[in-house]
Amino acid sequence: MATDTRLSRVAISKVERLMNLVIALLSTRTFITADRIRATVYGYSDSGTDEAFSRMFERDKNELRDLGIPLETGRVSQTDPTEGYRINRDAYALPAVELTADEAAAVAVATRLWESPELITATQGALLKLRAAGVDVDAPHADVAITSTASLPGLRGSEEVLGILLSAIDSGRTVQFPHRPSRSEPYTTRTVDPWGVVTDRGRWYLVGHDRDRDATRTFRLSRIGADMTAIGPPGAVRPPDGVNLREIVDRAVGDWPTSGQARVWVADGRATALRRRATVVGPRTLGGRAGEEITLEIGMLDRLSREIASYGPDAVALEPEPLREDVLSRLRAHAGQTDGVRAGVEK
Amino acid sequence: MTAVSTRLVRLLNMVPYFQANPKITYAKAASDLGVTEKQLRDDLNQLWLCGLPGYGPGDLIDFEFSGDTIEVTFSAGIDHPLRLTSPEATGVLVALRALADVPGMVDPAAARSAIAKIESAAGTLGHGTEAVDEPAPIESDAAAAVRAGVRDGRALAIEYYAASHDMLSSRVVDPIRVVLVADNSYVEAWCRTAEGVRLFRFDRIVDARVLDEPSSPPQPAVQAGPDTSLFDADPSLPSAKLLIDRSASWMFDYYPLREVRQLPDGTLEAEMTYASDDWMARFVLGFGSAVRVLAPESLVARVRESAAAALSAYAAAG
Repeated sequence: MATDTRLSRVAISKVERLMNLVIALLSTRTFITADRIRATVYGYSDSGTDEAFSRMFERDKNELRDLGIPLETGRVSQTDPTEGYRINRDAYALPAVELTADEAAAVAVATRLWESPELITATQGALLKLRAAGVDVDAPHADVAITSTASLPGLRGSEEVLGILLSAIDSGRTVQFPHRPSRSEPYTTRTVDPWGVVTDRGRWYLVGHDRDRDATRTFRLSRIGADMTAIGPPGAVRPPDGVNLREIVDRAVGDWPTSGQARVWVADGRATALRRRATVVGPRTLGGRAGEEITLEIGMLDRLSREIASYGPDAVALEPEPLREDVLSRLRAHAGQTDGVRAGVEK
Repeated sequence: MTAVSTRLVRLLNMVPYFQANPKITYAKAASDLGVTEKQLRDDLNQLWLCGLPGYGPGDLIDFEFSGDTIEVTFSAGIDHPLRLTSPEATGVLVALRALADVPGMVDPAAARSAIAKIESAAGTLGHGTEAVDEPAPIESDAAAAVRAGVRDGRALAIEYYAASHDMLSSRVVDPIRVVLVADNSYVEAWCRTAEGVRLFRFDRIVDARVLDEPSSPPQPAVQAGPDTSLFDADPSLPSAKLLIDRSASWMFDYYPLREVRQLPDGTLEAEMTYASDDWMARFVLGFGSAVRVLAPESLVARVRESAAAALSAYAAAG
């Protein structure tokens, strides 16, 4: 290519000027003055008056800083107190990242799951930089298909909120949002200093300081309404030192299992999922059907009751009594032997 | 970000990208950089005009184009990509953390180590997401074996719990791929027993063993792609109309329920697509008074009969 055509041009685009500025400031170890930039960096010499140059240079500096480019200022030399500029190379550059094939595959799959424009843009930006660092994030992933109905598990309908939330957390801003403890209750407005987002078995939680209640609170994302807004100045929120968000979530939403064993009769060949975690006591025929008695950990009473009731005549709760009663009431509700809670609803 | 700053970031990262990928083709580079080939050419033409002060022949960024490949021969000092911004790191890290919990999608240990490496490179420790040292989620032996079968193209012997029939069965399957549908991960495989492509939900694969023979699903089955009609409210599948008590409204977070309307007392009317009458009847029965079937009539009857039969069994048990 003939380089002379490159040098004989008149017009220069803004992106080209900014590129030249970054290249010049990256290449210098000492701070260089605005005057020198104006004189030597291609794109500034024809900026017109001093004032026009200053305005242009000021805007350019801000633009670079907004992109996270670490522009530093300092004295030009020991003897010259004039302020100059340079880019801190160490802070500019992404340090070496070496991912194994499995790690890269995990990144490749994970980054395909976002659906909201902000998070897609952010992850695409990250992928571009990782690729530029030599990471092959396109490890063959024909092995993993993601259907149109899939997004990150548990995030259905909450991704926009998550996007707003993550950027508020990044910039240390308080958030305000409508929240309801369950789907059937009305929304109330909550004001929270967000500390972080934690996922736990497909559930998403915001952990932070609830300003109105002046206490640490955990909010399930699916209970947060769509219009979340960041309020207050950036940098105002900082999680307390050493805070363990996961521990807070565990305490707030932890399931409290019932200890002890349940005794259940199951028909032969049925209620397989129950058997899988049970110990067989012995065979027993019940109402003319062959089966066996099993014992298993109760765990969540409600969940076990639901499971046993769902098997209908194939599983019978024998002990303890509260479990038996709970299952029976579920069955009665469907056998039409009770009015149920909703007898008046149906027309 | 403005169009100019988006392009500036791309141009700055493009030079180290070409250094890291010498003699890359236009097509591959455009795809990696997320631009069209036309845009890539424009970008290259722009880069070639930028350089160090002096802007003489040895100061400008230079490329060597040969055939359809590109190589950077002078970088003007832009030898590294920009550091990840906080939103960029967060977007990747949050997705990785969430995905590590989903069985079969990725190697959880690899996801965890990728998180550590990216966190360290981004220098974002303590930003936004949970930063304490977390152990990798434990992957079940079955999930690990299935993942290995898919990755290495081997047939699998699996013990599968079919919720639709409440049955545990042993099958030999030829895995095709892992599929994420709605909130659950599945392995799509040719089932030699059923002689058809089936989706096996990871959390219902009780046991799995990689066999010493290749996975060889019939080609047409591989190309057809997964059947996800159950999740897309396929009109050819039956749909139940349910009344859900407000105390059970959490169900909406876990099951593919479509809310129809809310009644004045807070009860929710919803629809749910299902494939197996048996499964659907059990589903409803378990919830007791909190869920009631309005339609179809066959399902209403089935639930009622099953409940009555169960009560007889309780009577027999004394």
